Amino acid sequence: MPDLIQSHTLTTTPTQQKRHAKEARFKWYGRIAIGLSLGFLVFMFSAIFFRGVGAFTQTRIQLDINFAESLIDPTGERNPDMLARVNTKPLLKSSLSVIFPDVTSRRDTHNLLKLLSISAEYEIEDKIKANPEIIGTQQTLWLTSASQIDLYLKGKINTDVDESLRKLSDQDIVWIKTLIDQGRIKQKFNTTFFTKGDSREPEMAGILGAALGSFFSLVVCFAIAFPLGILTAVYLEEYAKKNWITDIIEININNLAAVPSIVFGLLGLSIFLNVFNLPRSTPLVGGMVLALMTLPTIIIAARASLRSVPNSIRDAALGMGASKTQTTFHHVVPLATPGMLTGTILGMAQALGETAPLLMIGMVAFIVDVPSSVTDMATSLPVQIFLWADSPEKGFVERTSAAIIVLLVFLVLMNLLAVYLRKKLERPKL
Amino acid sequence: MDITDSVSAKASPEIKASPAIKASPPIMTAKNVDVFYGKKQAIKNVSLEIPENQITALIGPSGCGKSTLLRCFNRMNDTIESCKVTGDIRFAGQDIYAKKVDVVALRARIGIVFQKANPFPKSIFENVAYGPRIHGLAESKSHLEEIVITSLKRAGLYNEVSDRLTDAGTSLSGGQQQRLCIARAIAVQPQVILMDEPCSALDPIATAIVEELMESMKENYTIVIVTHSMQQAARISQKTAFFHLGEVVEFGDTDTIFTNPNDERTQNYISGRIG
Repeated sequence: MPDLIQSHTLTTTPTQQKRHAKEARFKWYGRIAIGLSLGFLVFMFSAIFFRGVGAFTQTRIQLDINFAESLIDPTGERNPDMLARVNTKPLLKSSLSVIFPDVTSRRDTHNLLKLLSISAEYEIEDKIKANPEIIGTQQTLWLTSASQIDLYLKGKINTDVDESLRKLSDQDIVWIKTLIDQGRIKQKFNTTFFTKGDSREPEMAGILGAALGSFFSLVVCFAIAFPLGILTAVYLEEYAKKNWITDIIEININNLAAVPSIVFGLLGLSIFLNVFNLPRSTPLVGGMVLALMTLPTIIIAARASLRSVPNSIRDAALGMGASKTQTTFHHVVPLATPGMLTGTILGMAQALGETAPLLMIGMVAFIVDVPSSVTDMATSLPVQIFLWADSPEKGFVERTSAAIIVLLVFLVLMNLLAVYLRKKLERPKL
Repeated sequence: MDITDSVSAKASPEIKASPAIKASPPIMTAKNVDVFYGKKQAIKNVSLEIPENQITALIGPSGCGKSTLLRCFNRMNDTIESCKVTGDIRFAGQDIYAKKVDVVALRARIGIVFQKANPFPKSIFENVAYGPRIHGLAESKSHLEEIVITSLKRAGLYNEVSDRLTDAGTSLSGGQQQRLCIARAIAVQPQVILMDEPCSALDPIATAIVEELMESMKENYTIVIVTHSMQQAARISQKTAFFHLGEVVEFGDTDTIFTNPNDERTQNYISGRIG
């Protein structure tokens, strides 16, 4: 536009206005996209949080238990075997009858006892086992309530519906009110959730078994995938000649990264379990399968970070007369370490959240015991979430969300560790 | 100028390497060197003699192969897979491409300084100490310190960094970084130092300092420098080779090349008509 140049105009012309409008529009598209995705994230997190937060507290009922010798150990021998098998129901019944003296019928006594979890019986048993001196004394204990009481007090049972349609009878509610009036009901921190394995009863189910299963799997996964992945990446990037063999390897690694994880599970099932006869449902096999899955991720990340080390550094070291290996391990690998570690941790985080391959190798079994080594049967956190989400008991709803919270916390921690390591190990760039 | 004999230029216009130059015995010779990158030939039948304890400049337009030849002198081209070198390159009479030659030993004798200063992202001290360390040149910690300080002094950098040897080498200015790289090369006690456009990223003042440094280094080292600046070649070198399209068009005393070149292409290049 010659006239435009001649006029030396510095104000916005129509064409420029169009360009500005385009830019502004594009900025807003970006902002809307970010806002939407943040919105979804907040919605997801808050939904999980509000659903799951209840699982971190558990209703407990205070009872004055009279550890009567006549009921526990009539012979007075204090035989540990006998004490371990003692029936504690009568103790509970007698202490409940003190609180509710008018409940006498057999059926009502039975229903009254159902206010407590069967876990309460074990809790008393444990007390006796731990300290037999307790026999003959009276103790005030906070015992775990039944799941429906817990749910009722958390407002998760609708009492407006017909009595026959809910698990809590009107009588139960009256009893609970009495207990509340006497200050015998309290929400306490749910230690069971963090210290126990799985259970059929929601109030007795804990996340520790699954968390340790995940932990052991990740240890195995890391021990296999990290050295293999890093060495592969260093060799391919620094030593291997570029020819058709390395090309094929590269293509295959990239393809492996895109293989659906369940395929790795099938591989683990047919190789590790059926050929090598390794123990089923164990973190050992789980970790091996996850390692197969994580390897391509680690290799690709490590190669990328090796490639990002400027060639001038290699030239500098080689020009000094450093050998290839000295150059690689004195200069290139240290510079690539932050990237390699970040890639590894992200790969591990991905492995932590993986469910499908673990289903194939049997880590989906119902396992109550908390694993203590990589060869003990175990589940993992995501599988536990899957199992609980599938359970019919209403008490598992909040536990499912709570388990998701625990899993997310671990994932966030791992990502933070990756960020921290990257910041800490990063050296001044050239 | 200690060079007395001048090139018998006018006698043979097709001069590649003039045998008449005999200021000091050549420490490096290249004979009939061809270099290929894949199928592309970068250097065609080049022969050169690098005299000891002098500065030899390789000049020529971009892509003419001067850096390629420089990198052949300490086999830095080995790192490029597609690169193939034929011909005969000798250092002190030994064929450096012979099978039994260890590139590690070769590069300890023939150091290199690159176009872009590339200190290691480590402390100044560690930068200089790395070479002596990997070659086992220092007997003790104090000896290593001595080597580092001597090298920094020779590179004219010690006074500027003596109080911050633990600072990162990358925190220095561009000119200082380049001198650090020179100090690093010196620390291994090489006989030859190859310089690949060492001043192209430096300002005139830093360039002058590096040039001064080269001038003083020539007593102890043989320097081969690739440069784009003809003024620089004229200022500092005793011998100059003019490259064009992978060939050495003319090689001789710097004075002669710049005042009385016998090839038209050299004439055109130094007068700024091509290049």
